[in-house]
Amino acid sequence: MKYLIKLQDGAKKVATRDAYGEALAELGRENPNVVALDADLSKSTKTAVFGKAFPERFFNMGIAEANLMATAAGLAAAGKVPFASTFAVFATGRAFDQVRNSICYPRLNVKIGASHAGLTVGEDGGSHQSVEDIALMRVLPNMTVLVPADGTETRAAVRAAAALNGPVYLRLGRAGVPTLFNPDYGFRVGEAVILREGRDVSLFACGVMVAEALRAADELAAEGLEAEVVNVSTLKPFDSRTVADSARKTGAAVSAEEHSIIGGLGGAVAECLGEHAPVPLVRVGLRDTFGESGTPDELLKAYGLTAADIVRSAKEAVQRKGK
Amino acid sequence: MTAAAKSGHPGGSLSAADILSALYFRVMRVDPARPDWPDRDRFVLSKGHGAPALYAALAERGYFPVEELKTLRRLHSRLQGHPDMRKTPGVEASTGSLGQGLSMANGMALAGRLDGRDWRVYVLLGDGECEEGQVWEAAMAAAHYRLDSVTAFLDHNGLQIDGPIEKVMSPNPLPEKWRAFGWHVVEIDGHDFAQILEAVEEAKKTKGRPTMIVARTIKGRGVSFMENEANWHGQAPSPEQAEQALRELGKGGAGR
Repeated sequence: MKYLIKLQDGAKKVATRDAYGEALAELGRENPNVVALDADLSKSTKTAVFGKAFPERFFNMGIAEANLMATAAGLAAAGKVPFASTFAVFATGRAFDQVRNSICYPRLNVKIGASHAGLTVGEDGGSHQSVEDIALMRVLPNMTVLVPADGTETRAAVRAAAALNGPVYLRLGRAGVPTLFNPDYGFRVGEAVILREGRDVSLFACGVMVAEALRAADELAAEGLEAEVVNVSTLKPFDSRTVADSARKTGAAVSAEEHSIIGGLGGAVAECLGEHAPVPLVRVGLRDTFGESGTPDELLKAYGLTAADIVRSAKEAVQRKGK
Repeated sequence: MTAAAKSGHPGGSLSAADILSALYFRVMRVDPARPDWPDRDRFVLSKGHGAPALYAALAERGYFPVEELKTLRRLHSRLQGHPDMRKTPGVEASTGSLGQGLSMANGMALAGRLDGRDWRVYVLLGDGECEEGQVWEAAMAAAHYRLDSVTAFLDHNGLQIDGPIEKVMSPNPLPEKWRAFGWHVVEIDGHDFAQILEAVEEAKKTKGRPTMIVARTIKGRGVSFMENEANWHGQAPSPEQAEQALRELGKGGAGR
C-alpha cells in the first residue's frame, strides 16, 4: 500500500497512549461487548478514559498482571472483547506465560494495549523500558503485533484490532509523537505502507522511528540519495512482499525501531531479506543493551535512535551494495 | 486411559473423579448436544493435569464417544495431554500451566454478570497448585468483585509430584487462607457424594462472595497401590497394573 506524505514542521504531537484511550472509549460506545482491564496504571495507559465512560465495563485488577491477562482470557471465552492494559514491560515480560497459555494457545479474542513501550518511557529507567516486547510477542503463534506510528494510526489500529477475532498486541508509547497521517489514512493489518518512494535505499521503520526515517530521507535527499520510507506498523503477520519488493528495487536496507535489534523489526526484516531479497542491511535499534534514566530525546540520541543515525546507516548500506 | 497412552497423571485424576462425576451428572446445567449453548454452566479444570478425569466425565456425559478415551495423548487426538478448549467438545478453558484457571473462571463470571445471565462457573484447583502466586491474585479478585457465581473446589490430596505438599512447599492451612481472602469456605470429604452436593447447594445460596469447597481427597483414590503415593502423580500404570486398578474401581474392561 502507498500513502505518500511529507513530514510537516510543527506537526501536532500526540502520544499514542492518548489516542488509544480515546479510541477505546469510542469503541466502547459502539460495541457493548468491549470491556477494559488494567493493573493499577489506568491513568497512565489511558484506559481510565474508558473506565470513566463505562465504569461497569472497566475492571481494575490491581497490581497483578498475571491475573489481569488470564481474567481477560476468561472474559473473551465468554464472548467479550477485552482490552487489557499495563506497561509493555509487564504485559509481555511479567505475564508472558499467561499471554502464551491463556490467550495465544487457545486463540482467545484478547487485545493487549501495552503502553510506555521502549526507551521513551524516559526517567523511569531501564527497569521500565521494554526493549524486548516485540520479540516476545512476535514469536507467539496466533498473535498479531501492531506498532502504530502516530495518533491517527493508533486509532485505526484499535479499530482493526477489535474487528479481528484473535489475540492482538498493540505497542503504545508514553511520549508525544508528530501526527503523520490524515484521518483518511487507510490502515490495514498486515500491510506495510510506503510513505515515500526512492530508488537508492529502503528505510523500514515502526513506531516513533517512522518520523525519524522521514526526516532522514529528507537529509539523504539533500545529499543526493533517494530513500524509500516504509512504515512497517504490522510486525506480524509480516508484509514480506512489500519489504522484499522495496529492498529488491533499492538494493540496500535500513531497519529502525525503538527496540532491541534482536527479534523485533530488525530481526523480522533480516529474516525476510535473508530468504527473499538478500541486500546489505543495517539495523538501527538498541544494540543488545538495556536503557537507563533520561529524557526521551536524550535517550534516543544516546542510544543511536535518531534521524542522523538512520542517515549514517543508510549510507553504510548503500556503500556495501554489490560487495 | 493413561495406560493406553503410556503417560499421564492417574493419581490426581482419581482424587478428583468423584467431584467431576457430581458436577457433570448432578450439578451443572449443560447439554452435551450443544457444547456452545450460551446459558450453560462452565467448568474450568485449573489443575489441567487431571485431564483424564475430565475427559472421562465428558465422554460418559455424552460429549464424545467413550471409545475415544483410548486416543488420549496420541497424535491428532482431540484429547490432548492437558485440556484444549479448541479441540475437545465440552472443555471450557485451555489449562495445564498451573495457577491460571481461577483467573479465567473469574473472567467468565464477570462476563455472565455483565450480560445479566444466571449461569454459574465451577473450577477445580489442586492443593499443590496453590503454591502458584497467581492463584492468590485471582482469589483476591474474585472476592473483590463479589463473584458469587464462582464455586471453586480444592482437590486437597496433600501430595504433589516431588512428595507431600507439607514437605515440598506447604500452602497450608488452606481453608484459613481462603477465608482470609474473603471467600466462603466449606470443608468436606471429597469422596462423599452427599457432602459434595450439599456444599454446592450452600455455595449457590451464598451471596456476595465466592465459595471455596475444600475437598479432602485421596490421591489415587480407589486403587490400592496408587492411594496416597506421590509417585503416581505423573506416571502411567503398566497394562497389568491398569487391569488391577480397573478391577478395584469396579469398572472392568481394558482401556477404559
